[in-house]
Amino acid sequence: MKGVRHYPGFLAVTLLCLVVLYAPLLVIMAYSFNGSTSITTWGGFSLRWYAEVFTGPEAERFGQAAWNSLTIAVMAATASTAIATAAAVAMIRGGAFRGKRATFALINMPLMVPEIVTAVATLIFFAMIGLTTGYLTILIAHVTFCIPFAYLPIAARLQGIEGHYEQAARDLYASRWQAFRLVLLPLMAPGVVSGYLLAFIISLDDFIITNFVKGAGMETLPTAIFGSVKQGIKPNIMAISTLMLAVSILFVTLSYLINRKGRKSP
Amino acid sequence: MAGLVPEQTADASGDGYRRIVGPLLLPTWVMIGIFLVLPVALMAVYSFLTKEFRGGVDWQFSLAAYDQFFLNRGLFGDEPPVMEWTYITIFWRSIWQAAVATALCLAIGFPTAWFIATRPAATRGVWLFLITIPYWVNLLIRTVSLKFLIRDNGPLNEALMGIGLIDGPLPLVNTNLAVQLGLFYSYLPFMVLPVYAAVERYNFAYSEAAADLYASRWVTLREIVLPIVKPGIIAGCLLVFIPSLGAFLAPDLLGGAKTFMIGSLIDEQFKGSLGNWPFGAAVSMILMTLVMIALLIYARTSAKGGAA
Repeated sequence: MKGVRHYPGFLAVTLLCLVVLYAPLLVIMAYSFNGSTSITTWGGFSLRWYAEVFTGPEAERFGQAAWNSLTIAVMAATASTAIATAAAVAMIRGGAFRGKRATFALINMPLMVPEIVTAVATLIFFAMIGLTTGYLTILIAHVTFCIPFAYLPIAARLQGIEGHYEQAARDLYASRWQAFRLVLLPLMAPGVVSGYLLAFIISLDDFIITNFVKGAGMETLPTAIFGSVKQGIKPNIMAISTLMLAVSILFVTLSYLINRKGRKSP
Repeated sequence: MAGLVPEQTADASGDGYRRIVGPLLLPTWVMIGIFLVLPVALMAVYSFLTKEFRGGVDWQFSLAAYDQFFLNRGLFGDEPPVMEWTYITIFWRSIWQAAVATALCLAIGFPTAWFIATRPAATRGVWLFLITIPYWVNLLIRTVSLKFLIRDNGPLNEALMGIGLIDGPLPLVNTNLAVQLGLFYSYLPFMVLPVYAAVERYNFAYSEAAADLYASRWVTLREIVLPIVKPGIIAGCLLVFIPSLGAFLAPDLLGGAKTFMIGSLIDEQFKGSLGNWPFGAAVSMILMTLVMIALLIYARTSAKGGAA
């Protein structure tokens, strides 16, 4: 008898779960180092597809797409984190106010509405106000749907910070802005960084909404990859995927470590 | 963590932020209000407009989009209307695919969540981290990877043939199963996390009491554990079911013409001159209504459960 927590087979299912989650990613990583031109046979270890990504015929197209993705992600994450930080301070530190529940629903709305519906609605809106679809429309859409992703870790962090620190600062004649900048902001920094990183990843990953509002000729990395994959999975796509995978994992690991460190410190 | 901290109010930190709540929230209201709420309202209006042939709309009230969805009036629109099943079938198929994916996620996700929640506190974080990493990897890349793995002469079929389990490749791609697998793979972490949160709060003294009274493990699981962690399970099911319903990538990349789902149907209406914007808007409205109904039912049941 191993106690009531133990269920035979649950470990096996957990391992199966991990295999299912990781097998496709590991396979595509492995095959990105395949030296053969055919995606089905293994031709020895090689970095040729990585070289192809940076110098091959599609390098310019993917390079431009990567640049668009990156700049949009940086700007969308910065804007949505700033907006979400202000919102979190108001929601957690603002006491009771009229419309608080409605505001909470509003912040979470991008998570509730199915992505494809958001995509359609946004496209219709931009078409109607006559804004040409392209870089700017993608950026606006990204800032909007990144807000809840940035908000959640920031609000969670803020909820765990006692009010005494700011109170003490205020008692010592700090202005409201000084108390925020010198006391509260450093304390909530791990949540803010975490929110920023998540918003960044979410923006970088988005396909559906971007695909609707990007307009002709404009590509981000996911839409460029999607376009290529439609004609079959080529090895250079696997190399790009592996690079993106590495970036995602790096960011999530950073976010995890910062959060863990943050939880220990105050 | 939260339990140790006294309830935060504005008074605890002085009324510092109370007076500037409006300015602090203004950017949020503006961004989500103008770029999400307003567009959704506009989409509702568009679904009642007349289609223009080059894509876009004529500002003339029309029920044509909903008519096209539910009724068939023959090729020239002059026959008596009969029920149109094409789109309802697509919706029904989407609901079915999403339901199967949800069931798969639950079957794998529940034992996983249970296993993680019963680890020592120190290692739980690592397990959870392992489960969440794939969620942050680009969904498109994950879907492409899955397609690469399960395609006819892909590594999975080669391996299965290599060990002699099958003679010829299993035709997995372009089947319903492939789409279900894709949805399952896309949203599995959404099931594990809420179920984990529920199991972690579960008081194992109940299980011990049941065991003392000679209940077997599985009877305990069914009669004691499941009713208690049900809110977590329902939350997980919704988090998998809702995005699956409107999914685009998995059905588009892993499925074929016979596995057409709502996402692709909507997508088609906005592509090039063959599109039909009011119809696309109407399909989106119907999809959103379904999702809102599911969320409302959830809010009702969880409000009841929370009171108990």
